[in-house]
Amino acid sequence: MIQQNIAQELAAQVQQAFAGKQPLRITGSGSKLSSGRAVSAQPLEVTKHCGIVDYTPTELVITARAGTSLQTLESVLAESGQMLPFEPPYLGKDATLGGTIACGLSGPRRPYAGAARDFTLGARIINGRGEILSFGGRVMKNVAGYDASRLMVGAQGTLGVLLEISLKVLPRPVCEHTLIMDMDTGTAIAVMTQLANFALPLTAACHLPATPQQTAQLYLRLSGTEETIMAAVTFIQKQLQKEQQTLSVTEKKNGDGQADAFWQDLRERRLPFFTDANRLWRLSVPPATPVFTETLPGECLLDWGGAQRWLKTDAGADTVQAAAQKMGGHATLFDQEGATLAPLSPALIKMHRQIKTAFDPEGILNPGRLYEGL
Amino acid sequence: MQTESQSVPADQLATLFRQFLAVESVLSREEERRPYECDGLSVYRQLPLLVVLPETVEQVQRVLRICSEHKVPVVARGAGTGLSGGALPLADGVLLSLAKFNRILGIDLQNRCARVQPGVRNLAISEAVAAHNLYYAPDPSSQIACSIGGNVAENAGGVHCLKYGLTVHNILKLEIVTMEGERLTIGSDALDTPGFDLLALLSGSEGMLGVIVEITVKLLPRPEAVQVLLAAFDDVANAGDAVGKIIAAGIIPAGLEMMDNPAIRAAEAFAQAGYPKDAAAILLCELDGGQQEVVTQVEQVKTVLQDCGATEVRVAASAAEREKFWKGRKAAFPAVGRISPDYYCMDGTIPRHQLPKVLAGITALSEEYSLPVANVFHAGDGNLHPLILFDANRPGELERTEEMGGRILDLCVAAGGTITGEHGVGVEKINQMCHQFSSATLQQMHALKAAFDPAGLLNPGKAIPTLHRCAEFGAMHVHHGEVPFPELERF
Repeated sequence: MIQQNIAQELAAQVQQAFAGKQPLRITGSGSKLSSGRAVSAQPLEVTKHCGIVDYTPTELVITARAGTSLQTLESVLAESGQMLPFEPPYLGKDATLGGTIACGLSGPRRPYAGAARDFTLGARIINGRGEILSFGGRVMKNVAGYDASRLMVGAQGTLGVLLEISLKVLPRPVCEHTLIMDMDTGTAIAVMTQLANFALPLTAACHLPATPQQTAQLYLRLSGTEETIMAAVTFIQKQLQKEQQTLSVTEKKNGDGQADAFWQDLRERRLPFFTDANRLWRLSVPPATPVFTETLPGECLLDWGGAQRWLKTDAGADTVQAAAQKMGGHATLFDQEGATLAPLSPALIKMHRQIKTAFDPEGILNPGRLYEGL
Repeated sequence: MQTESQSVPADQLATLFRQFLAVESVLSREEERRPYECDGLSVYRQLPLLVVLPETVEQVQRVLRICSEHKVPVVARGAGTGLSGGALPLADGVLLSLAKFNRILGIDLQNRCARVQPGVRNLAISEAVAAHNLYYAPDPSSQIACSIGGNVAENAGGVHCLKYGLTVHNILKLEIVTMEGERLTIGSDALDTPGFDLLALLSGSEGMLGVIVEITVKLLPRPEAVQVLLAAFDDVANAGDAVGKIIAAGIIPAGLEMMDNPAIRAAEAFAQAGYPKDAAAILLCELDGGQQEVVTQVEQVKTVLQDCGATEVRVAASAAEREKFWKGRKAAFPAVGRISPDYYCMDGTIPRHQLPKVLAGITALSEEYSLPVANVFHAGDGNLHPLILFDANRPGELERTEEMGGRILDLCVAAGGTITGEHGVGVEKINQMCHQFSSATLQQMHALKAAFDPAGLLNPGKAIPTLHRCAEFGAMHVHHGEVPFPELERF
């Protein structure tokens, strides 16, 4: 079937579901099932709607159908020396572009380059009435109409079935170096905060907690030209000395399988820290938030320069949520139920319901995926 | 969305407001209201029913509750520098000025963000944190005067967007008040929030979803080194080609600006920036980053420019010369204002490779309408500002200018672009929205507005056209610009 017909066919299925008030579960490769709550409804298979629609590398924009595999998309970009700057987690080898955007997940580069939503320029969707709509566009600067394409990012299909997405892309850095140093959490937060005050080519910063086999370590990734990185490494060494950190820094250059694998495993939540956790919290907080083991005892891994903290704790859900909120952020629980997002204020949940109704009046698209009743 | 005002007499409304606002914060006399009759797009003027200038969030809530109760429409206004008539008042509506919300509430150096009120000027934020080597990145050309609240409402850009993004990329959190007077926190002090991305939705929503009363902006460290190149071309197509080749070389310039010959001449006469007056086009390329990185990139860009047939390439020898290179570009609008009684600034964005085709189309239109055009182009991100020169005192010339402007925007849409890159739709480009979006998409946008503002009282009639209006506009096109339904509201 040609792609246009697939889109029409999907729209027809949604129209039918709308008429029959029949809930639908939008189904891609299934790689991100654990990124939301389980939806029990009739599946709407969307992976057949795939392929790159438009890509002119010098425009720094790519448009592809939502069912396109992320791997295909990234290799097409790599052929032209470009990349998705938000370093999307796959969470499964068959991950699709649609699932990536719907879940709005971003990898280690996020605080330095931007998130999935920051690179989304336009989206073609099917709303809950089965209408095909287009928001945004294929250009970088566009303020015509409400930005409903970015609204789709992270909505996990509750506002529309993604058909086609346009993204801003960027050149791949020519070099990447990883610095590894032994450091406790408090010092690592201070160092990351200090370094963020300078325009350095940092593209990832992660702190691993100590294990019986390994002391706690700070990982920094620098990207750019060789000379830019060299200058930055010298600068960072000097800053560390100022902070009276006498430490040995291990430097790994790009092409070093171990360093590359580390960042990929961090992105994919495959590091040993993650693998033995059946109850894991993600805290999204201001990056300089101090160590919080007193309030929330447990093991904590810092990503995003401190702005994303993965926590294994026995503290109760209310305690974790309250603490995260007090820090100016929020927490998500990952367990066998999938992901439970932080509760919204009554005023905000009311607004969410109204927006949901505006796009999906019968509440048939992925109902309950984000929150009860959404 | 049409509103049905119950036409509460202005004096009665003013009395209600004066119960909690100072006498001088409720403007009802005509001469007091006059300064608010237009924003930066002064060809559209309308006296508001009343002007109110609250200074606390509670006062904003009370104003909105009263207006909701009496079904009086409200238009929020920042510094009034907008270029699309987004803050154009309504005859039966209250103009809500946020000018008194002019304080920086807090600067968090550890987390590199600042909490500011909406009336704070864009540049004032960067000035307040300059001592810490930080700045706020988006820099619309009106940054001396424009307010951050308006920047969020329009999702303002500037000359550094390609590398540093638009307003939406540089804010963390908003406090808003809905038309019903409810206060909401959108976003957080962290990098994301659970639920729908309302922060993105509010950015560029042109004051139609909520009134922004507080903004938390991100701050960035200043780059270590900056350099600017100026290149002259005897052919606009070569300049366009050079832009693509710089990007193909893997370089993302901090700024990349193009001007055509009429714009160069006007800017040079006004600012004496030393521009080559005979060039068909010039490119300004700003590079920033580490010291050595910039030195290397300058050499790379120089080579690209020469390979693309630049007739001259200059690298600024000093900070003063860098300023001088930029001075002409930054003065382009006032410079054009000096050579023509009036000018009309368009704001389309196109895929960059379409530039030669679109410029040729603009030249053809310029001849057809006998109206000269100067082009200023944010070449890095494809945002084109054709300035149509006209004289509003000549009968019919404004109307011809508007029509020609509309056709330029149609060219942008046909080239795969958009009718507005950074100025917003407002009242100005509302008809062109009918060309860019399908009826179903426009209906969805109306439904989205209704989710925030069910009574349709917040800045009604802007940005999103009714289908009725689009139907009439379609008819209008058939009749070569003769407006067939003069009784329809002409925003």
